[in-house]
Amino acid sequence: MSNPPSNLLPILDRFGPHLNRASPVRLATDAEPDRLVKTHCCFCGQQCGIQLKVKDNVVTGFEPWYDFPFNRGMLCPKGVKRYLQGAHPDRLLTAFKRDTTVPEGFSPMGYQEAITRVASEIARIQKTYGNAAMGVLSGASLTVEKAYLMGKFARVCLKTPYIDYNGRLCMVSAGAGNKKAFGIDRAANPWCDIPKAELIWISGANVAECAPITTEYVWQARDNGAKIIVVDPRITPLARTCDLFLPVKPGRDIALFNGVLHLMIEKGWIDRTFIDAFTVGFDKVAEHVHDWTPAKTADVTGIPERLIRQAAEWWGTAKTSFLMHARGIEHHSHGVQNVLGAINIVLASGRIGREGCGYGTITGQANGQGGREHGQKCDQLPGWRDISNPKHRAHIAKLWGIAEPDMPGPGVDCYEMFRKIDAGEIKGLISLCFNPMVSLPDNNFIARALGKLEFYVAIDFFMNETARHADIVLPGSLQEEDEGVVTQIEGKVIKINKAVDCPGDARQDWKIVQDIAAALERPTGFTFDSPRAIFDELRLTSKGGVADYSGITYEKIEKQYGVCWPCYSEDPTGKPIDHPGTPRLFEPGSWNVVAKGAGPYYFPDGKARFNVAPYTPPTEETDAEYPLMLTTGRVVSQFLSGTQTRRIGPLVDQYPEPRIEMHPRLAETMGIKDGDWVTAESRRGDCTLQAMVVTTIRPDTIFIPYHWPGRKSANQLTISAQDPISKIPEYKVCAARIRKADGPPEWAGKLEPQQG
Amino acid sequence: MSVPSHLNFYIDPARCIGCQACVQACTECDTHKGISMIHLETVDRARSTQTIPVVCMHCDSPTCAEVCPADAIKRTPDGVVQSARKPRCIACNNCVLACPFGVPKMKVEFELMMKCDMCYDRSSVGLKPMCASVCPSQALFFGTQEEIEALRPQSATIDRFQFGNQTITTRIKMMGPRSVAGQRPEHLDVTAALDPHPPARSVSLGVLNGSH
Repeated sequence: MSNPPSNLLPILDRFGPHLNRASPVRLATDAEPDRLVKTHCCFCGQQCGIQLKVKDNVVTGFEPWYDFPFNRGMLCPKGVKRYLQGAHPDRLLTAFKRDTTVPEGFSPMGYQEAITRVASEIARIQKTYGNAAMGVLSGASLTVEKAYLMGKFARVCLKTPYIDYNGRLCMVSAGAGNKKAFGIDRAANPWCDIPKAELIWISGANVAECAPITTEYVWQARDNGAKIIVVDPRITPLARTCDLFLPVKPGRDIALFNGVLHLMIEKGWIDRTFIDAFTVGFDKVAEHVHDWTPAKTADVTGIPERLIRQAAEWWGTAKTSFLMHARGIEHHSHGVQNVLGAINIVLASGRIGREGCGYGTITGQANGQGGREHGQKCDQLPGWRDISNPKHRAHIAKLWGIAEPDMPGPGVDCYEMFRKIDAGEIKGLISLCFNPMVSLPDNNFIARALGKLEFYVAIDFFMNETARHADIVLPGSLQEEDEGVVTQIEGKVIKINKAVDCPGDARQDWKIVQDIAAALERPTGFTFDSPRAIFDELRLTSKGGVADYSGITYEKIEKQYGVCWPCYSEDPTGKPIDHPGTPRLFEPGSWNVVAKGAGPYYFPDGKARFNVAPYTPPTEETDAEYPLMLTTGRVVSQFLSGTQTRRIGPLVDQYPEPRIEMHPRLAETMGIKDGDWVTAESRRGDCTLQAMVVTTIRPDTIFIPYHWPGRKSANQLTISAQDPISKIPEYKVCAARIRKADGPPEWAGKLEPQQG
Repeated sequence: MSVPSHLNFYIDPARCIGCQACVQACTECDTHKGISMIHLETVDRARSTQTIPVVCMHCDSPTCAEVCPADAIKRTPDGVVQSARKPRCIACNNCVLACPFGVPKMKVEFELMMKCDMCYDRSSVGLKPMCASVCPSQALFFGTQEEIEALRPQSATIDRFQFGNQTITTRIKMMGPRSVAGQRPEHLDVTAALDPHPPARSVSLGVLNGSH
């Protein structure tokens, strides 16, 4: 059923992506805005404060918000041009239905008619195949309120276990690692601890392009005298001037961490007092890393031994430090082990839970933190509770007014959902804030699976590449058309404020979901009249959980410029309190809901866990046939699957099309020059793009940014291997080969750079 | 209205990450909306990710104005060199050719030289220019000398530049290492730095790559 029209051009013509540029009203310098709305950027996990200029219900520009403490007016190019996603020619102003009689494949329909059709299809599928034949895909760019509602909608309204979210591609390895080591999953420190550290260790994070504002924190540390270590297969802009660059082979981070810990133990650079007082499991880890000699570490990681020794010495002897990592170590079939390895060297140093002593993962999406706490993950209930835990189930079932046995059990990760679609177990799908045709690995498989659905409804503000496969597309809302909270990179809950109304028939996403529930005649629990009402219920359901939001109010967020969870509404004795939130975790003497005073970590004994992190090579090793490693990532001017940023003219101008980054030594052997058309191939697919020949990448590795769809998509090549614990896909390494292309690809000269 | 004399603009090239936030934000300035005046130079992408942002240096004795045959380029008393005045500019390109920093842009479609005016609509009322407001690395910094000295104790500010026999002093300051061979740099010898083999003890642009 759900195959898009085979001729792409009419659908591109009708729905884009087209480029929006500043219109006359936006260019006019004499047009005073009606108002400035203090809110946050709609893109990454840093959630920079920004003031949107609004005139006649259009966001016409921005003014820096100097008072917001995290970014103090700073913005990356995406933040500067984010206003151009509004009043966009591609905006969906009505619902659409599949129509094979028109070349663009879709024709408009009335909103209520569309909702009725969606409800009747869901009812039909569930009556025929059972409740679990419906699946829900949601996302971590949604507000906490929407994320919470999606989890509740799947379990209470659809009664299906099958919900998962696009944070599965993002934060789950960090989350699982943090849960194992600390019992809590959140950046441990506020970013203001970075400039206070004398050593900054950055592993697998292209900070300058993916979290640009964090750069200033790192540079301030350097100006205060800190040394900076960067571990990456590419010399990223931030790595260019770092003090020590470790050019790790993709997929070998755990070996490096084990090797560093080996040297720390050998040289006595560990904090025994801290280890004894605040951790368990060190001896087993020490035994495990005994074999990780510098020579072996160098051999596995591809990093020269003297650099490993230097890094270990600086890390081992520092008095204060901040270690951060991102998808570079997490997007692996052993992503959780990489994270545990990183945490092991932090715990062994004893430098955590104090001013200037920090650790944190860099969140990717706007609500990468809050989106993983309140129940849109397949195994989770609100407040970071576990859907398999009988006590947690009973607690939430009671608050939701359902019988505990009626609460579905754990579902499966989003990729496994596609395998279930392919296997015919899931017949119907609802998606919101997820574009798997661009973002999931091996996307030829995703297209095949989508084709097997009996019914697919996509909710989005633009016709994204996955929505082209839908039977019905419902017009959703942009971030600036709604209010709600998101939890940013530091675990700080901040408030998104509404700037403009939805245009045409477009609706706020939470209203659409509630309209579906009503049309299914299952409205109980889905009659909220505002995001604030949803937030109030979320506060209640999160109370007593690890991610406790019960003490947070919209007003407190505004007053404090954000509130870091856990933020309790009652003290340990049950007395109501005005809790300011918890900017820094694990401070000695701190109280938490799990340890209840036994110690600062979120386990009953209050102690952190060392975890043995064994090294395993990537799922797909290189061989004679596919001798190169392919790694993927972002560029600064694009965001995720590009649904928004590939529609913003100045951002597309900045980096129009993906290129294959390769070292001149590799290029030379293939007779490739900068700008040549090159075909990259893996066992799953191929992709012909122009070469970018630079010395800033390992000669055995190629890099392709992933923001583009169709035949320009890097995810035609990537492998769908997943971490066994977190289920994160292995985007950061698979085997590949390249050759000089016979000529330009078929799309060259036909499609605009942002299209595919 | 004038730019307060205690507020300065600093360029710290070692911090630049090439993200182009400045380029994008420059087009949002009300004095030249839709047109970016800043230059973001990629030094040699084949070998490095190094980039350098270049705004107008607002020279004390601006070469662009000195060579203008139409007297179209004015420096306001607060030290800001403005874009050419439309009624006077004859689009002769003299300023573009003469500026030692390569800053002015000839907009042929308007027959007008345009350049960075330090976001005069903002800076003249004490607000930060757009580029320095948004710059995620704060390679572009707008504030007081006291602030920058406190924040970046290892760097020195330089506002004297040597181009052959011409010495130029500017309102905009460059950040460089506090000391080179034990000496605080008094000026930057730009011509010498362009030499692939700079004479010993001169300050080469290479030292700006890392501050220590």
